Amino acid sequence: MAFDYDKWIRPGKLPHIWCPGCGHGIVMKGLIRAMETLQLKKEDTAIVSGIGCASRLPGYIDCCTLHTAHGRAAAFATGVKMAKPEMNVILVGGDGDGTAIGGNHFIHACRRNIDMTYIIMNNYIYGMTGGQFSPCTPTGAKASTTPYGNPDPGFDIAKLAIGAGATFVARGTAFHANQIDKLIAEAIQHKGFSVVEILDDCPTTYGRRNKYKSVIEMMNRLKEVAVPVKAAEKMTAEQLQGKVLTGVLYKEEKANYTDEYAKVIERAKAAK
Amino acid sequence: MEKKLPTIEIIEKYCKGCHICVEFCPTKVLEMQGFVAAVKNLEACIKCMQCELRCPDFAIKVTTE
Repeated sequence: MAFDYDKWIRPGKLPHIWCPGCGHGIVMKGLIRAMETLQLKKEDTAIVSGIGCASRLPGYIDCCTLHTAHGRAAAFATGVKMAKPEMNVILVGGDGDGTAIGGNHFIHACRRNIDMTYIIMNNYIYGMTGGQFSPCTPTGAKASTTPYGNPDPGFDIAKLAIGAGATFVARGTAFHANQIDKLIAEAIQHKGFSVVEILDDCPTTYGRRNKYKSVIEMMNRLKEVAVPVKAAEKMTAEQLQGKVLTGVLYKEEKANYTDEYAKVIERAKAAK
Repeated sequence: MEKKLPTIEIIEKYCKGCHICVEFCPTKVLEMQGFVAAVKNLEACIKCMQCELRCPDFAIKVTTE
């Protein structure tokens, strides 16, 4: 049977605003399938976002949603989680929103290991605001603010998250659509801060400037660079040059902030 | 035994004509008709559902028995 996405979509909201061929729609479908697999209740699920193309996602999904200030998804989501610890809190956003403007909030949410899931759609650029380079834009790539090529090296979001203390880190791509829901479902089930980076395509502001002739070329690039973690174990460093690992990259069981803060409340009550 | 064919519904109102479904269909079931995708050769469909999974615009629904 065809999957019933309509159950999770707010009536009358489609078609969405994303450009033809933009992978954000594929990620949104993956998220919906993951929520359906886990049988999440709409009233117990909050999707929080900042500003940007990817951050428009909560507007389409029929559950508790919060569209906040640029880069501040993690801050608002922390508030939601602390007020209602029983809720499933899912953050969505792009690479610019998550790692530049909200970079500080992101690393501290990782450090605290709050029981939330952050889905970062990495399309290597600020799409909505006119194609400025983001911290994830690869070296040499062109953006509206780097017309002669970007001199900076890009962030590796997964390594950044692991280094900052996130306890579940996974990576997928918009091309490998049937893997997205599995990664997101595993991330939501994980107790602690989980980060799922989805490599995405922006045909409008990134593709055009960087000699991708079509959406298909961008999708083929995602297909070529992605190497599953298990396959990578058998490959040499030379073969892995220019490739990106996909799958669950890191998993650890550690005390999470939500539970630890509940203990603080208990201690404070006992001290009275 | 007769092969049971799936139904592929394309919601033209949602389709933005990105070509992803047409290009990545392993058996070339779909084609572009003007700006939107359309079913060309339903007989060849192997029900892999990749078109439905990869459509960013919620425009394809594949129904199998």
